[in-house]
Amino acid sequence: MAEADANIEPAVALDADAVSTPRISRRRWRGLRGLILPVLLLAIWESLSRFGVVPVNLLPAPSLVLWTLWNLAAAGHLAVHIGITLERVALGFLAGAAAATLLGALTGYSARWREVLDPTLQSLRAIPSIAWVPLFVLWLGIFEASKIALIALGAFFPVYLELMSGIEHVDRKLVEVGRMYGMSGATLVRRVLLPATLPYYLVGLRGGLGLGWMFVIAAELMGASSGLGYLLVEGQETSRPAVIIASILLFAIFGKLTDLALERLGRRFLGWQDSFRAAQERQADAPR
Amino acid sequence: MPRRKGKPMLRVERVAKTFENGLAALQPVSFHVGQGEIVGLLGTSGSGKSTLLRIIGGLHHASAGQVLVGRLPVRAPRLEIGLVFQEPRLMPWLTVEENVRFGLYRLSKDEQAALAREALNKVGLLHFAAVYPRQLSGGMAQRVAIARALVTRPSLLLLDEPFSALDAFTRLQLQEHLLKTWEYDRPTMLFVTHDIEEALALSDRVVVLRGHPGRVDSDFALDDLTRPRKRTDAGFQAWKARILDRLDLSLDI
Repeated sequence: MAEADANIEPAVALDADAVSTPRISRRRWRGLRGLILPVLLLAIWESLSRFGVVPVNLLPAPSLVLWTLWNLAAAGHLAVHIGITLERVALGFLAGAAAATLLGALTGYSARWREVLDPTLQSLRAIPSIAWVPLFVLWLGIFEASKIALIALGAFFPVYLELMSGIEHVDRKLVEVGRMYGMSGATLVRRVLLPATLPYYLVGLRGGLGLGWMFVIAAELMGASSGLGYLLVEGQETSRPAVIIASILLFAIFGKLTDLALERLGRRFLGWQDSFRAAQERQADAPR
Repeated sequence: MPRRKGKPMLRVERVAKTFENGLAALQPVSFHVGQGEIVGLLGTSGSGKSTLLRIIGGLHHASAGQVLVGRLPVRAPRLEIGLVFQEPRLMPWLTVEENVRFGLYRLSKDEQAALAREALNKVGLLHFAAVYPRQLSGGMAQRVAIARALVTRPSLLLLDEPFSALDAFTRLQLQEHLLKTWEYDRPTMLFVTHDIEEALALSDRVVVLRGHPGRVDSDFALDDLTRPRKRTDAGFQAWKARILDRLDLSLDI
């Protein structure tokens, strides 16, 4: 057997020593490349404000925005606003993604359930999110429940659609292998369909989280006493553009950080992929 | 009918298949395979070889007739029937060892690990247990697929042109591997091929399917070919010529 192995080489070199110091530093450097553009934009923006090219009362300099953030943090308000918004996004996203996972798996696996549920869900998707606000307020009140329901609704559809479509496109041949070992129903979904769908599912989760962040603004605009959306409205009502821009920047930062966390999680579970991007990354990490 | 080894383990009794779109793939086909026998199902393209194998595996339903494995009719896939497909069909998200364990999900983790490692050892891939399928060559991936099919200790192993996608050298190596692996438990083996030399090298019997829809044209017992077989031997070549004659395509027109 060993002789035969010597003749049959792996198609791709094994990357057992994939994690080494120079590769880590290269990977970090690649991550830092993404900061070049924002830093450049901030520098231009700061210069334009400082030299009076743009009026400061409309577009305050980044340094002033930072100073405003610092003051809000020092007064203890910022952590409260960030905390409550994060909590709303997390709860709404989890509820929406959980419901979407259940229904997406059901409609993806079973043609019968797809025929029953999918037309209704697709028509609900066509309703603009803002149209739900009065109904949710009426049903659930103006406090947390209605906000979380709206965010959950936003997160639901990308996850549902990606999962259902992913399951529909799973390689029939892999499903046959599962069937040869007596798998069906939940066992087949858990052992073949869901893992095969993982790349689609993670795209859906990232899309759902992105919409969760959009919907949290709508939710906090509809009547909140805290949160980054509330801070945004307060900045507008008190004519403080620095507060408005600070809130927008915080949305961008936390939106990006949570998306990055999901992307990293995805990479951890998708290390098996033989995709163009994975090959690019392996090539970039390879010793030169 | 040629002599069979042992008592019949697989009985294909007047099995016919017409697909939903009206396409007839098989005329009524009958043959038996004895316990521990290796039978090659040889035929021209479109003669229904793979369809017949999938019916025997329980993946397709026959339009008429029945398949019995042991004493029980096959109506759906059963654990005692192993199937190796034309492509390895490994789960890309599982490592080699996890792929071999795939069919053992009803057993405890410890039992799964022990059986999978034993099966990988038999196909000579134990030290590749932790790698993903994308890191394997085509021949290695097919050996993993064979290990996955054998790990459940099937009494009937079906192979659907398992080496057809491989280069000639790897194909010869894997044929040898398959015979060595078969020696451990000696399951009854039925394999589909369109390669006459492969059929002669591996089989105790060769069943030839011909026509559209396919039917059993002939059934040859290779009793006079001793093992190990050399492809250059006069006896081997004589059988090759005889089967080539039977496969003369002009007869199908």
